[in-house]
Amino acid sequence: MTNPIRETLWDPIAGFGVTFRTMFRKTVTEQYPFEKIPTAPRFHGRHQLNRWPDGLEKCIGCELCAWACPADAIYVEGASNVEGGRYSPGERYGRVYQINYLRCILCGLCIEACPTRALTMTNEYELADNNRADLIFEKSDLLAPLLPGMVEAPHEMLISDDHHDYYKGMQLPIVGVSSGVSTGSTGEGRETE
Amino acid sequence: MTLEATPETQTPVELITLTIDDVEVSVPKGTLVIRAAELVGTEIPRFCDHPLLEPVGACRQCLVDITDAGNGRGFPKPQASCTIEVAAGMVVKTQVTSPIAEKAQRGNMEFLLINHPLDCPVCDKGGECPLQNQSMTHGQGETRFTETKRTFPKPIQVSEQVLLDRERCVLCARCTRFSEQIAGDPFIELIERGSQQQVGIYEQEPFHSYFSGNTIQICPVGALTSADYRFRARPFDLVSTPSIAEHDSCGSAIRVDHRRGKVMRRLAGDDPEVNEEWITDKDRFAFTSATQADRLTTPLVRNAAGKLEPTSWPYALAAAAKGLAAAAGKVGVLTGGRLTVEDAYAYSKFARTVLRTNDIDFRARAHSDEEASFLASHVAVTGPVVTHAGLEKASTVVLVGFEPEDEAGAVFLRLRKASRKGVKVISIASHTTRGLTKMSGELVRTVPGNEPAALAELELDANAVILVGERLASVRGGYTAALAAAKKSGASLAWIPRRAGDRGSVEVGCLPTLLPGGRPLDVAEARADLAAAWGVRAIPSKKGRDTSGILDSATAGTLKALVVAGVEVADLPDPAAARAALDAVGFLVSLEVRESEVSTRADVVLPIAPMVEKPGSFVNWEGRMRAFGAVLHEPNSLTDIRVLAGIAEELGAPLGFRTVDQARAEMTEVGPWDGDRPVMTPVEHGKKVATRGTVALDTWPQLVDDGRGQDGQELFRATARPAVLRASAHTLGAFDIDPGTFATVSTEAGSVTLPAEVADLPDGVVWAPANSGGTALHATLGAGFGDRVTVAPGKAPRRARGKK
Repeated sequence: MTNPIRETLWDPIAGFGVTFRTMFRKTVTEQYPFEKIPTAPRFHGRHQLNRWPDGLEKCIGCELCAWACPADAIYVEGASNVEGGRYSPGERYGRVYQINYLRCILCGLCIEACPTRALTMTNEYELADNNRADLIFEKSDLLAPLLPGMVEAPHEMLISDDHHDYYKGMQLPIVGVSSGVSTGSTGEGRETE
Repeated sequence: MTLEATPETQTPVELITLTIDDVEVSVPKGTLVIRAAELVGTEIPRFCDHPLLEPVGACRQCLVDITDAGNGRGFPKPQASCTIEVAAGMVVKTQVTSPIAEKAQRGNMEFLLINHPLDCPVCDKGGECPLQNQSMTHGQGETRFTETKRTFPKPIQVSEQVLLDRERCVLCARCTRFSEQIAGDPFIELIERGSQQQVGIYEQEPFHSYFSGNTIQICPVGALTSADYRFRARPFDLVSTPSIAEHDSCGSAIRVDHRRGKVMRRLAGDDPEVNEEWITDKDRFAFTSATQADRLTTPLVRNAAGKLEPTSWPYALAAAAKGLAAAAGKVGVLTGGRLTVEDAYAYSKFARTVLRTNDIDFRARAHSDEEASFLASHVAVTGPVVTHAGLEKASTVVLVGFEPEDEAGAVFLRLRKASRKGVKVISIASHTTRGLTKMSGELVRTVPGNEPAALAELELDANAVILVGERLASVRGGYTAALAAAKKSGASLAWIPRRAGDRGSVEVGCLPTLLPGGRPLDVAEARADLAAAWGVRAIPSKKGRDTSGILDSATAGTLKALVVAGVEVADLPDPAAARAALDAVGFLVSLEVRESEVSTRADVVLPIAPMVEKPGSFVNWEGRMRAFGAVLHEPNSLTDIRVLAGIAEELGAPLGFRTVDQARAEMTEVGPWDGDRPVMTPVEHGKKVATRGTVALDTWPQLVDDGRGQDGQELFRATARPAVLRASAHTLGAFDIDPGTFATVSTEAGSVTLPAEVADLPDGVVWAPANSGGTALHATLGAGFGDRVTVAPGKAPRRARGKK
């Protein structure tokens, strides 16, 4: 039933034809890790804990992210802001904030749950290590880098003492923040531009 | 209580039939519409309504449409169903069937939320909040209010322990009603009008209530929060375990919430038979004792150099066994009053079958042979006779040597409830305490030690209840007189000790004259019965020594070894003598949770599990079994039972059980004694000799004091009542002490200086708290209730720890 002439003569020509045709096309192989290609802008990468423009943390330790997490990867402990120890503008801040990247499935439900937009995701995808302990990211690993004009907490509210003005960014001493300094392209970065 | 069936209980309950949501239902007369609706399966949203508080109709959330009030006419407007009683033929339409009611409720919810901040993510109530839940089920989801919300500076401190966020308050008045109706400490009240209406405090009088924590729990929004629990966890990641409070003998139901191996908070459980829905602040907040830095974690054995050295469990058990074997037959056991009934049973059996002795006593406080005789004859294995609920039905309740507000919070709240219903409370005490005032009680003013005379003069009826406290053990003839008073009138009698484990220890025979199950030691059949149940040849028949006897014999060298569990040296009748005894005894085994004066003197220290890490049960003062499970599961934490079983196996006489469940099963199997009860040996009333220039001391520990069980909760401790010395103006004048200045109380052992205060005590009597404000009266003076002390004007105190 098979055609011996077609098998021995035509098929090899057809097969190598594909090879030769592909040789003149643009290559799709990425030279990772020597060459790193940016991800899609809304790629779900490592989390980031954002800051207000004066450097105070946006996280209020409400644990809604931990509640939303389907993989139980987030652990939060709240605490009270005290006189001389202010980390966030309101009463409460996240004293302990851990994300376990061994468990995290990067689904982004925590981002949806966050009531203050404190938690967003960056495009950073290099989340591998040779031990388990280092894959539990602490608050210090997750906090957004300090942009110009930001001061590391704890400190008093620098924008305004009044909460309404603070959240609206009134009497803002910082005129503009360049987005080029930011490492990840975050939703937050765009907001403060 | 042997209550005669009153006409009230005999008459069948009158039922009233009404229609709710087109369903006909019959409910007892007087039922509120909101609760009748629950019976047909309709939950009407509510905030201010609470079954244990009087109806007020403050929040207006429970509006329903009553189309027929039972008289053929309907109400023109929706009515609050929490204030309206059912009537025959009433037709009620709730939000389920009536658009009018539904609209009224939705509108009211919108009103409540106008000024309520949307700060649920930072609010401690978020996740368990009735307002949050009911705005999800009955609210409209969108607000039409675009103006600026009313704000208050937040939060304000109502007390050190309770914080108030006024902007979250929905003015339901649950907290103020609780304070006024249940606790009787009305220090918070609604003030101002209109949108400025808020919960306020009397600035002169701080909200120092022993029950303030309950207001946090019943607040239907996050307006009242606990300073201690603030922002520490969220309800949805707490694991809740029902448990029993260990700070008094009421056996109050509580709920323990923990997270990642750490207890975060405790809440009141709901047990209508015992504590209803209320607990004391001590039960609620004092739970950090076992997590202090001095917690014992490994067994310690004293080495050749005389130092306590960490060792392995097998080594420590072998060392304990070796020491006890060397002292064979000359070992005393002190168990203290904090053990669960299973643990106490293990000690009782360990003493009788392994150590072969009756030298065992749980009483780490003033005690007497008369008390032991009273406990054996009238307390051991008597089921609930007098009950919490029964107190409400008594005609008169007489308190002897017992201050319920400080010593048994649940009893106090019951008595206050009873007194509001007309039950007469009589206290045989030295002065009118705040607790007695709140119970509208009558004082029979008595010099400490003179209670028998006061009891003899009482005129009671058969429906009365006499509640005796453990302090009566210091009064010679006290229990005899209480029994005589009960017998004369036919009144019931109940013994209310201070510690959770006391009653259980009586039941399992941690007494020198009593065996488990109420078996009297001096009855041969009882001993034979127990020996058969335990499968041993015989139970030692020689009468044991009591706590003081054991300690004296240890000093004298008659006893060569002691096994001590959970005993605080400062609680013992004579702390100095006890320390000497512990130093003198040849071999000392300490089973402890935390480092104590006993464990530092011990030769072998065996760390045992605190209450949260083990299951068990307490027998409360009523005689009710109150079982609880382990909250935290720590495999390395051993119970007293497991440790004693280990020592017993090393000694070649196995205990027969190793776990709490096995011990419980064996206790059930051994059962109570069905023979004749022992007869109480009456004791003549004897007064202590009054020396010239001395006064009688009246004292008891206040609820919030310096006890080690409350360690680690400084905010809670800050709510303690200040330590003061109370005496009559005449007594103070006789010693040249001006009220408000300091007075020094002394004995040969030491002295304590406290601010003096005038109260209605009899002349020649002073009152001071046993362990408050850093003064440790009992430990310093070595004097207790009824002892003679001298008083003199004092200089300013050396330690100003009174107000922290």
